Amino acid sequence: MDTGSMCTVERRGCVHLITITGAGEHRLGLPLISALRSAVAAVRASPGAGAIVLAAEGKYFSNGFDQAWARAVPRHLHASMSEGFRGLLADLLALPMPTVAAVTGHAAAAGCALALAHDTIVMRASRGFLYMSEVDAGIKIVDYFAELLRQKVPDAATRRDMLLAGSKMTAGEAVRRGVVDATADGSVEDVVATAVAAAEGLAARGWDGEVVAEVRKAMWPAVWGKVKDYGAEAAAARPRL
Amino acid sequence: MCTLEQRGRVFVLTLTGDGEHRLGHPLIASIRSALASVAATAAQANGAGPGAALVTVAEGRFFSNGLDIGWAGTSRARLGELVAALRPVAADLLALPMPTVAAVTGHASAGGFLLALCHDYRVMRADRGVLYMSEVDIGLPLPPYFMALLRAKITAAHALRDVVLRGRKLRAPEAKEMGIVDVVCPGAPETAAEALRLAEELAARKWDGAVYASIRISMFPDACRSVGIVEESDEEKARNFASKL
Repeated sequence: MDTGSMCTVERRGCVHLITITGAGEHRLGLPLISALRSAVAAVRASPGAGAIVLAAEGKYFSNGFDQAWARAVPRHLHASMSEGFRGLLADLLALPMPTVAAVTGHAAAAGCALALAHDTIVMRASRGFLYMSEVDAGIKIVDYFAELLRQKVPDAATRRDMLLAGSKMTAGEAVRRGVVDATADGSVEDVVATAVAAAEGLAARGWDGEVVAEVRKAMWPAVWGKVKDYGAEAAAARPRL
Repeated sequence: MCTLEQRGRVFVLTLTGDGEHRLGHPLIASIRSALASVAATAAQANGAGPGAALVTVAEGRFFSNGLDIGWAGTSRARLGELVAALRPVAADLLALPMPTVAAVTGHASAGGFLLALCHDYRVMRADRGVLYMSEVDIGLPLPPYFMALLRAKITAAHALRDVVLRGRKLRAPEAKEMGIVDVVCPGAPETAAEALRLAEELAARKWDGAVYASIRISMFPDACRSVGIVEESDEEKARNFASKL
């Protein structure tokens, strides 16, 4: 499945792999966010989907929000980018199967947050870093975003280094500090293969997907509370006139 | 009681003299005045300056041995006054528009430990001195904002338990292992020098002070709320994003 050429979805056994395509920075503007949300929705609707992996081609996992796009559009549309991202986070948190991020390259700002929103993170050992670039870029961090970081990076010193020092965290350091779960040597394809293998292992546990989703939401209640209204579930539940 | 000087980009707040640097009304007022001066100077630069950072350091054997309970005596009212007076110092530090480094050059107990915790980074000497939340030993409950700050800054559960529930006295190397201290130095002069060096390095990043403070507050909004800081709304933050494009 090719959702407008921004990302592809393929099956590897019972694992559904979403790959952000192309050699660019995979900036999270409305187009890519929408493509990802469509891909996630498609996986959710696939019978027998056991787990999801999100990966990317090229040097970047994602370099964050699309500021070039934001510069070019009327200001009131900035909110739609943020809302779309919140919706993507909600869709991932509500997904009735284990989720794995394959951080195949640099993950900065919203790109880093996107990776953190997964249950498990596998990161490329030899290249790429996690980088909360906001402090360097002079951009303040809104509440739902900060909440994700507070919950997913509970260690005060690590969170301070990421957010207040703008540290560029390599895979080795990220696993040592508990920000990611594992590193994978080799190429982008090798990292993806490792992430898919991890996802297969999780899928093989045969967990009830609805239970997985409910437990996950209950584990991260503050984040879930701040993004749930933007997700596909909430949209579906809203009464239509 | 305390002096303030500027060394290059770094503001250095020194708790002076060989005493315990007990946080009574005079020293608290002095510190607040110094911090206000630092914040005002930073505001004047308005993002166009060369970058800035704060180091808080102390002379003598103590960083600070806490609130002036000698002055408070048996008076609960007086003790309450001091607790209330220290709260805005915590707020001033947590809202300061620049990186902050505590050079823990001696014992830091109770309110003194809290003062060190209110900084972004802690550099501490290894040869002498302990970090010590003495309240459980003395038989005093912790003020709510103390607890909020401890929970925000000491996030490993066993570390928090040791500090608060067991009144454990931490030397620098163990404090570092527990994630409470960032850099350990041999003695006091090295500690001060390293704190200054770290502050210089941070100042040289030339971060926008208002953004820096905003991001700091967003890391532990509950603790900031407990000392009276009102976090900006998302709308205000979003306006900032638009202006940066």
